[in-house]
Amino acid sequence: MPATNVSTAQRDQSHARVFDLAALSLRELNQALHQLTPGSNETAWEVLNPKGSHSVAVGVDQPVAIDVRGSVGYYCGGMNAGGAITVHGSAGPGVGENMMSGSIVIKGDASQYAGATGRGGLLVIEGNASSRCGISMKGIDIVVHGNIGHMSAFMAQSGNLVVLGDAGDALGDSIYEARLFVRGKVESLGADCIAKEMRPEHLEFLQGLLDRAGVTGVKASEFKRYGSARKLYNFNIDNADAY
Amino acid sequence: MCGIVGLFLKDKSLEPKLGAMLSEMLICLTDRGPDSAGIAIYGAPAGNEAKITIQSAKPEHDFRGLDAELAKAIGAPVSVAVKSTHAVIRTALDKVYTAREALQSLRPDISIMGAGEAVEIYKEVGLPEAVVERFDVRSMTGTHGIGHTRMATESAVTTMGAHPFSTGADQCLVHNGSLSNHNNVRRELVREGMIFETENDTEVAAAYLSSKIAHGKNLGEALEGTLSDLDGFFTFVVGTKNGFGVVRDPIACKPAVMAETDQYVAFGSEYRALTKLPGIDNARVWEPEPATVYFWEH
Repeated sequence: MPATNVSTAQRDQSHARVFDLAALSLRELNQALHQLTPGSNETAWEVLNPKGSHSVAVGVDQPVAIDVRGSVGYYCGGMNAGGAITVHGSAGPGVGENMMSGSIVIKGDASQYAGATGRGGLLVIEGNASSRCGISMKGIDIVVHGNIGHMSAFMAQSGNLVVLGDAGDALGDSIYEARLFVRGKVESLGADCIAKEMRPEHLEFLQGLLDRAGVTGVKASEFKRYGSARKLYNFNIDNADAY
Repeated sequence: MCGIVGLFLKDKSLEPKLGAMLSEMLICLTDRGPDSAGIAIYGAPAGNEAKITIQSAKPEHDFRGLDAELAKAIGAPVSVAVKSTHAVIRTALDKVYTAREALQSLRPDISIMGAGEAVEIYKEVGLPEAVVERFDVRSMTGTHGIGHTRMATESAVTTMGAHPFSTGADQCLVHNGSLSNHNNVRRELVREGMIFETENDTEVAAAYLSSKIAHGKNLGEALEGTLSDLDGFFTFVVGTKNGFGVVRDPIACKPAVMAETDQYVAFGSEYRALTKLPGIDNARVWEPEPATVYFWEH
């Protein structure tokens, strides 16, 4: 899908359909979003008073812009396919879980397993993310402006995790093929995760991803790259202790 | 899953609203644990007075005439304030031990939920809303409190299996998670002389803390000890006479969110439990780090 810069994309929210969760139920919101068909004119949505509600805007499958004014609970934007979701607050566990495409921007912090199993699209967390960020990621790009917690990118299979701050313990434990870029310090690396050389193609790719995520004033050359040593792909008795 | 809440007030002007604030927080987390609910509220200690919270399955039978009988047995004035299945006994601080002994012989069927200078504990099977109504928690005042709504995993759905668990004066604990080595730890604590009322894993955690404190550790050190001595998943929120603490296991699977303002420190399993607190939009909100003890005292 074409790369879009999620932070600077121009949005016309003047005709947004406003959905106030203080007056309407979450089910009504998600049903209305699921009923959208290709070519619908209702391309802009605004969700008020989420107050930590679970499953806000889960299963969106049309290219609509959704602004959530406040903090959300579990699984916001789960399975998102094409939606451009912005949470003007913080997100609970599992934000963007299994995202397919589109984008999710969290203006605040994100809780555990942000972007877990995500297959595509871009998840931007402007604050910090908690533990297990990008666990089992399968193609999603995740950009975290702050720090991430322990066991992030555990069993990550594909995609890119970019962290402008620090990473907690056991980064990339049992990682397969995802690429991890960390600008700050890494508390420790997990099994089979190693630091790798930043070659020109990585610098170029990372700069492009930073641009798409609306990150300014940060150079790709400030990051270190981490990835799989590929020693645990096939069982080898000499590596038994590492499994 | 279970849901935990906790609220530690810094601003005295909020004290009349403590019960109402905690009630809303707890009810908000009903779907995390519909089996039972409980709350521990710390009122200001009243000089030389102690409180014992008791519970009975037959309150009309057990609480009738208890004040006179207990006063006679311990040779000191006693008041008994009945709230549904619970009653709070007030007596002189130096009579607590005698009163507990006397209660066991006068009313062998009742349970002692907790005792101390400040704490009152109310817990029952049922939805948080019903428990809050039953004990009129909304009208309670105090300095800090903790609450729990339980999804039973390790032991039966009973009143005594509800949280909070209190195993020492003014100490109590709520837990989200499950302990895998609770039987072993219980055996060791029993050998030390600790008495258990249930098969519940959380009671073991409460007794573990009480035992450490009885051996001269402060609460912070006792909470540190849980990280190496208790196996399993846990987020513990604890109360003491004038303190409020939080610790999560090193894996930290169980959710936890904290908020702090000039007026309070609040804990919730989920952020939505905190959304009705005053000034929450400008509070410092964070997730407690794994294997890290957080503690506040008045």
